[in-house]
Amino acid sequence: MSHAYKTKGGLLPVLDGLEVAVPEGTFAAVVGPSGCGKSTLTKLVAGLMKPDTGEVWLHGERVTAPRKTVGMAFQNPVLLEWRSILENVILPLEIVAPKMPRARRVARAMELLEMVGLVGFENKRPSELSGGMRQRASLCRSLVHKPEVLILDEPFGALDAFTREDLWQTMRDLRRAEPFTAVLITHDLRESVFLGDQVIVLSGRPARTQYVMDVDLPEDRTLDVLFTPQAAGMLHTLRDQIKIAQGRGGKDH
Amino acid sequence: MLGKIATPVLAVCVFLGLWELLVWANGWPNYKMASPSDLPPAFWKYRELFFTMGWQTLWRTVAGLMLAVVFGTLIGMIIGFSRLARDALYPLLIGFNAIPKATLVPVISLIFIGQHDFNTVLMAFMISFFPIAVSVGIGLSTLEPEYRDILRALGASRFTIFRKIALPKTLPEFFGALKVSATLAFIGTNLVEIVSPHGRGLGALFKSGETNGDYPLMFAVLIALAFLGIVLYYAVIFLERIFAGWAEREGG
Repeated sequence: MSHAYKTKGGLLPVLDGLEVAVPEGTFAAVVGPSGCGKSTLTKLVAGLMKPDTGEVWLHGERVTAPRKTVGMAFQNPVLLEWRSILENVILPLEIVAPKMPRARRVARAMELLEMVGLVGFENKRPSELSGGMRQRASLCRSLVHKPEVLILDEPFGALDAFTREDLWQTMRDLRRAEPFTAVLITHDLRESVFLGDQVIVLSGRPARTQYVMDVDLPEDRTLDVLFTPQAAGMLHTLRDQIKIAQGRGGKDH
Repeated sequence: MLGKIATPVLAVCVFLGLWELLVWANGWPNYKMASPSDLPPAFWKYRELFFTMGWQTLWRTVAGLMLAVVFGTLIGMIIGFSRLARDALYPLLIGFNAIPKATLVPVISLIFIGQHDFNTVLMAFMISFFPIAVSVGIGLSTLEPEYRDILRALGASRFTIFRKIALPKTLPEFFGALKVSATLAFIGTNLVEIVSPHGRGLGALFKSGETNGDYPLMFAVLIALAFLGIVLYYAVIFLERIFAGWAEREGG
């Protein structure tokens, strides 16, 4: 598919002949240089924008408008300050399943909060939580309505390194428990290898699919896997690909 | 809690003491400046008038303010959601707000002859809707797109997004503006009460004090107005605590 933004200086093509296929139930990590159109991709997949040419298909259906089977999380956790953590997590259910009884909503939210280790904080306000905890709550909110597709736009980007690694593990655990197909936009190659079943490298703007790597690591990964020679090799390849995408090419400097 | 009440009360006492001292030290007669000790007799002498006139002023101010809330929020929503409306309405709004409202008193009293209550409420409204409209407009137009996207991605309607996200998120700005508007509305009410012949309300009482050379009465009216202003201000704070208490941070 292709897409261009209309700006004062004319059309600004952001995606050009981009082709991405993510098999159902798998986790795709998308990396690429800054400003290459990764966030545009998430909006197209979510149906928030329509591509100028080309099509987006989710689970055998063409996307033409937003759909209830999508969950989204961003770099900014965008929690609603006037709601407790529990009420924040429940929010999507109010839209997607307006008739669901309150007790079932709470049960579902608490199930997720337990998985991410936020039990005991459900009645707190977002401002009373740390950045990492807020992002955990945001992940719960994106999953509460059991979406088929989870779109993650750099959700760990603003966290410190240790918190980020904690959240990678949380994400891995959530994946084990919940059946969703995920598209993760990230700048962090280690993150893409740790979480992804495949890593898609986009070229500089306008973005095309430049390189696709199948991550051939065991399903049940621990952080230690990142220190194996296998992972090191993948990270090396990805780094070279990013350099090419940035237009700086091959050799190390 | 005790400090929360004692501190402002003490501040008022100090202010009254300094005022008394200033008048006494300069030996001013009360037609130049009345002193606080002149006020209780004035209040007592006209106590019934103060109640009826004070009530007149208060209800008309509150009515005007409520109109301002409804109309101001509406305008704020329009300019907050539509760029076109924003470009079109801003010059008109600013132009209207720049007109000194005193010049409008004869205009509206000619349009609505004899409708003293209506004119007063109208003026209180006209002078106080602007801050509400602007802050609601800014609150809505600066809503980060992600806030909209979390619900939009699920196919929520614009109205649902407004009700669940935009409206509550704008409440702190709204109440900030309402505090300004509440005091402005009093200015509007009194403008009409003072300028209109045969007016009613505290403004008219002030005018009659002036006509009769009853200077302590004039000062007593000013104090009564200040008192009503404070009451209305704290009423707004009370509502703010209920509806937007979440925006308040602990401590500080």
